Amino acid sequence: MAEMLTMLFSNVYVAAISVFVLLLVALAAWLVVAERYLVNYGVCKVDINAGEKLLEVDGGQTLLNALIDNQVYIPSACGGKGSCGYCKVTVLGGGGPILPTETTYVTPREARIGVRLACQVKIREDITIRVPEDLLNVKMFRAQVESSKVLTYDIKEIRLALIEPDTIDQRPGQYIQIQAPSPEGPVFRAYSISSPSQDKHVAEMNVRLVPGGIGSTYLHNLQEGDEVFFTGPYGEFRLNEEPDTEIICVGGGCGMAPMKNIILTIYDRWPDRSVWLFFGCRSTPDIFYLDEFRELARKHPNFHVVYALSDPLKEGEKWDGDTGFIHLAVDKHLEPNVKRQAFLCGPPLMIEAVTRVLIDKGIPEKDVFYDKF
Amino acid sequence: MTETVTPAWIILIASIFTSNILLANFLGMCSFLVCSRQIPTAIGLGTAVTFVMTFTAAINYGIYHGILVPLHIEHLQFIVFIAVIAAFVQFVEMFVERFSPPLYYALGIFLPLITVNCAILGAALFLILRNYTFWQSVAFGFGGGVGWALAIILMAGLRQKMMYSNPPKCFEGVAIVMVITGVMAMAFMGFAGMVAIS
Repeated sequence: MAEMLTMLFSNVYVAAISVFVLLLVALAAWLVVAERYLVNYGVCKVDINAGEKLLEVDGGQTLLNALIDNQVYIPSACGGKGSCGYCKVTVLGGGGPILPTETTYVTPREARIGVRLACQVKIREDITIRVPEDLLNVKMFRAQVESSKVLTYDIKEIRLALIEPDTIDQRPGQYIQIQAPSPEGPVFRAYSISSPSQDKHVAEMNVRLVPGGIGSTYLHNLQEGDEVFFTGPYGEFRLNEEPDTEIICVGGGCGMAPMKNIILTIYDRWPDRSVWLFFGCRSTPDIFYLDEFRELARKHPNFHVVYALSDPLKEGEKWDGDTGFIHLAVDKHLEPNVKRQAFLCGPPLMIEAVTRVLIDKGIPEKDVFYDKF
Repeated sequence: MTETVTPAWIILIASIFTSNILLANFLGMCSFLVCSRQIPTAIGLGTAVTFVMTFTAAINYGIYHGILVPLHIEHLQFIVFIAVIAAFVQFVEMFVERFSPPLYYALGIFLPLITVNCAILGAALFLILRNYTFWQSVAFGFGGGVGWALAIILMAGLRQKMMYSNPPKCFEGVAIVMVITGVMAMAFMGFAGMVAIS
């Protein structure tokens, strides 16, 4: 037996391969043992918003994971890879210096006050952080698909009936994060809530199918009755509560969901409030919700609906609305210098063009809110 | 005439000054050029390189003479040495992270980058090439590390002084650093006659 081994090892190939493999295994084992005994930080304390919430978590994990495990749902779309920049929190003490992986998403001004990406902060010691007050109210919801309706060739309206917890307190303009399965584990994708805030038992979205998109493919394939998990609500936007302030909503493409929420919420609370809805489409197949909004406009005379088509009409098509780009329609219909708040949702170029028009009409820049995608 | 063995302390002195691994062999240039802007960073990186180089020289000496030579597989030295260095750097990273978070934060990304610092692999290969004994190897590893640290700290000091000088446009940045490195190398080599190792 011993002779055989000696013979075997005198073969240079066998010796080389076995030594190399054994050496690597030994090094790996050494590292595993070292990790076991060295990388043990014990229990660390996380202090959120000056004592409002105190967590005791295991050290060594990322701040984002520790917070999510303790029902503090920081938004995160990339699943902790540091590629979306959503999970910003202010670290006041105990997180170490900012890492090169974060500087793409954290501006120098933010970095000075301690803004970090929670997914990149490793908990090694007690840590003190500040998060927006709203985020502490974010919950994880279990829901069921109530309906999935085709709006256009690539947009679906998906309504989720809440199961646990069964009510959601959202403000118009806020969004939720749907948990979608992916080959690398669950990921979260953000969608604006399109159901009005008074409908507390549902969350509705408008989902455009993005070819190859993880979230939209998952949502488009859902059937009635399927179970869905999401977290929310997120978003800082607050609707102006003074009834004499006119609300301007401008959307393009599939940027309709937050406007629908805003408009339906407003007409539930202030039936006479003045609201303009501008919606830009390419051609007639892109139009959706037009009949519903015209019906609403008949009931509320201060509600004005303008849809505009940017492409020329095809032969035989009928269209009784505006044509041209949507910022031209905004320019044409609005009187200057009225007290207003504006909410924009659509592609970046549209947002820029419309913002310029609105500022020309005398709306201060701070009252123009937008959602670019 | 019998061949005299160079004492370990001569090797130590020589590897710091006259045969400085950076200035004589130009190894480990990439991190030398990038991390020599600030003295504190240079000190941190220099310390880490010294630490890693000393221990990997000892470990690699043991593995080479204990395993590779008896089995006649010396040709595996490159891949084995680099695996040992990579594992050791991982270990050092864990160790520093656990026991000295300030140093860990200060070194940041440079600590794992030591893995690919060619001076460290170079030191391990030199000690085989020059047939060093164990203590000579340790002295060479430690001296090489100290020499590398000395060079990068000196360079960081020079670069801090140079911050507000105006070299010709075409020499700005790395180019002028290379020129200065050359001048430094000549200064160090000037003492080559005093202590020499082959």
